[in-house]
Amino acid sequence: MIIGQDIVTLLPEIVLVLYAMVALLWGVIFTKKDSSEDSGRLPLYVTSLVLFALALWIALNPEETRLAFNDTFTDDLLARFAKVTILLSAALILLIGREFLEAHQMLKFEFPVLVCFAVVGMMVMVSASDLMVLYVGVELQALSLYVLAAFHRDNSRSTEAGLKYFVLGALSSGLLLFGASFVYGYSGTTQFVGIAESLTTESSTGLLIGLIFILVGLAFKVSAAPFHMWVPDVYEGSPTPVTALFATAPKVAAIILLARLLFEAFGEALQHWQLILIIVSVASMFLGAIAAIGQQDIKRLMAYSSIAHMGYALMGLAAGTPEGVQSMLTYIAIYVVMNVGTFSFILLMKREGRYVTDIDSLKLCARQMPTHALSLLVLLFSLAGIVPMVGFFAKLYVFLAVIDADLLELALAGAIASVIGAYYYLRIVYLMYFGDDDGERLDRPSSLVGQAIVIFTALIMVVGVINLLELTEMASRATQSLFN
Amino acid sequence: MMIQIFAFYLFALLTLLAALSVVFARHPVHAVLWLILAFLSSAGLFVLQGAEYVAMLMVIVYVGAVAVLFLFVVMMLDVDFAAFRANTARYIPLGLLMAAVLVMIIGLAVGDWTTSSQMAERRQSLTPLIDENHNTSALGELIYTDYVFLFQSAGLILLVAMIGAIVLTHRQRKGIKRQNVLSQMYRDPKASVALKDLKVSDGNPQ
Repeated sequence: MIIGQDIVTLLPEIVLVLYAMVALLWGVIFTKKDSSEDSGRLPLYVTSLVLFALALWIALNPEETRLAFNDTFTDDLLARFAKVTILLSAALILLIGREFLEAHQMLKFEFPVLVCFAVVGMMVMVSASDLMVLYVGVELQALSLYVLAAFHRDNSRSTEAGLKYFVLGALSSGLLLFGASFVYGYSGTTQFVGIAESLTTESSTGLLIGLIFILVGLAFKVSAAPFHMWVPDVYEGSPTPVTALFATAPKVAAIILLARLLFEAFGEALQHWQLILIIVSVASMFLGAIAAIGQQDIKRLMAYSSIAHMGYALMGLAAGTPEGVQSMLTYIAIYVVMNVGTFSFILLMKREGRYVTDIDSLKLCARQMPTHALSLLVLLFSLAGIVPMVGFFAKLYVFLAVIDADLLELALAGAIASVIGAYYYLRIVYLMYFGDDDGERLDRPSSLVGQAIVIFTALIMVVGVINLLELTEMASRATQSLFN
Repeated sequence: MMIQIFAFYLFALLTLLAALSVVFARHPVHAVLWLILAFLSSAGLFVLQGAEYVAMLMVIVYVGAVAVLFLFVVMMLDVDFAAFRANTARYIPLGLLMAAVLVMIIGLAVGDWTTSSQMAERRQSLTPLIDENHNTSALGELIYTDYVFLFQSAGLILLVAMIGAIVLTHRQRKGIKRQNVLSQMYRDPKASVALKDLKVSDGNPQ
C-alpha cells in the first residue's frame, strides 16, 4: 500500500491528533456536569507528558528526509528541529500555566485539547512544502489560538484580545491566500518544488506579487513590524499562560515556515525578497526597542520585546545564506528558552494572592525572593544580549552571518537597536534591586514547577555559554537538510 | 444548441435582474430572496459551462446555508435598514471606483490567461475533458487520494471551530430541570395516576 509510508512519516502528528480527540471525548463523558470544579488538571498533566514524549520520539527519529503525500509534506531535520522546540515549549507552558488557570477557573479540559490542536497546526506548518498544506497548518494553529486568547471569556480584555486577534488574523489569512492564488496562477502548481522550477525558467511579475502578499500574511503571523499592531493588545489581554504560548511556539512555527518557503520555493528570487526582509527586520527591531520603553505592563513589554526579537531572527533570514538560516535557528531556539523562563517568572508574580502584571510591582522583589530575582536578572540580561549570557551569542551569530553576506549596515542597525532595547530590560532589573520602597511587595512564589523552570532556564543562560549545548551543531545540520 | 443559447440568456438575464433587485429592493427580506434567485441562476450558468460541481456548491452552500443565514440575520436582528439606505448616495462614487478596480483586475487576469504565451499549455493541462470525466468525479478522485491529508486537516479545523464555539459560549447553568426522555418513557402510569371518586360539587367551595 502506497499510503502506508506516508502515514509512517506523519505518525507523530496523527498520534497527537488521536490523543487530543480521546482527551476531548474523555472530558465530555467523564466531566461532572454540575460540579463547579475545574476538570482540566489531569488532561493538562497528561497532555504535557504526551508532548514531552512526542518531542523525545521525534528527536530520536532516524536522520533522513522523508516526504509524504506527493511531496507536499516534508519531514526533514529542519522540521524536526522546529517540532521538538514547539513541543517542548508547549509542554512547559502547560505546566507553568496550571496555577494561573486554576486561580481563574479556566482549567477546563478543553484548554489542553486546544493546545494540542494548535501544536498539530504548527507541526504541519513547519513540514509544509505545498501552499495548501501551509495554509491548512496556519489556519489550524491560528483558529486554536484565537479561542485560547478569548478563553477567559468573562473577562472583557480577554474577549477583546480574542476578537482582535481573530479579525486581524483573518485579514492576514486573506492576504496569504490572495498571494497564494497569484503564485498558483502564474506557476501552475502549489508545490514548493514546482514553484522553484517555474522560477528558474521565467521570472514573472505575477509570481513576485504573490510572494509579496504571502510575505505580508506571514509577517502578521510572526508579528514583525509594520504588521505588529495586534501584538501588544492581544498579549496584554490574553490569559498569561496563553500569552506565554503566543510568544514561543507559534513564532518558531511561523519563522521556520517562512524559511522553508523562501529557500525551498523562492530561493531563485533572493534578490527580490531580500530587501523586503531587511526592511521588515530593521523596522521590527527599532519599533520593538523604542516602543517598549514606556510600557508599564510586563506582558505588553514582552509583546514589544518579541517584536524586536523577531526582527533579529528575520535578519538571519535576510542574509539569504545557509549561515543566516543556521543563525536564525540558533536564535529562535534560545529565544524560546528565554521566553519560557521569563514568562514562568511573570506567572509567579502575585500580590495578596492575585496575579499582577505591572512592572512597578516588581519593586525591590530581590529582597523578598533573591534567587528568583537573580534568575530573572540573568534571563533579562540574556534577552538584552549582554555579554556573558547565551542571548549574546544568539545575536552574535546573526550579526556574523549578516556581515558575511555583505550587509554590514543591517548588522549595525541591529547592534544599535539592541543597545536601545537593553534599556527597558535593565529598567526592570533596576526596579527589582534599587526601586524606591513603597512597602508593597510580591507574595512568596508558590508554584514549584514555575520556580524550578525560572531557575533552570537561568542556569541554561549561564552554563550554556560553554558550548551552547550543541545547539549550533544541530542548527547547522537542520540547515543542511534545507539546502540539499 | 438553440436550447443552450436560450438557457444562457435566460439565466444571465435572471442573474443580472436579481442582482439589481438585491440592491434596489426596498424590503430587506425581499433583497435576500432576490439574492437567492441570483445564486440559483448563476448556478444554472455554471451547469451550462459544464461545471456541475460548482453549481451544486452554489445551491448547497450559498442558497442552502449563506442565504438562509442572511435571512436569519435580517429577521432576527433589529437593524434599521432605512437609515442605511438614506446615505447610500454618499457611497456611490466609492462603490463605482471599487467596481472599476475589480473590473480592471478581472480584465487583467482574463487577458493574461487568454493571451500570454506560457498560458496556452497550462490552460490545457488543468481540466480533464468533460466527455471523459465529470468534474465531480475528478475532484473526488483527487480529494480522497492525493489530497486526503489536506481533507482530513480541514476536518480538524472544523473540529477546532466547533470546540471553540462551545467553549466560548456554552454555559453550564445549575438548578435547571432537564428533560430526561428515558425516565419519561419508563414511567409507570399505575404509579403516578390515581383515579378517585369525588362527590358532586366536592371541588366547589360553595
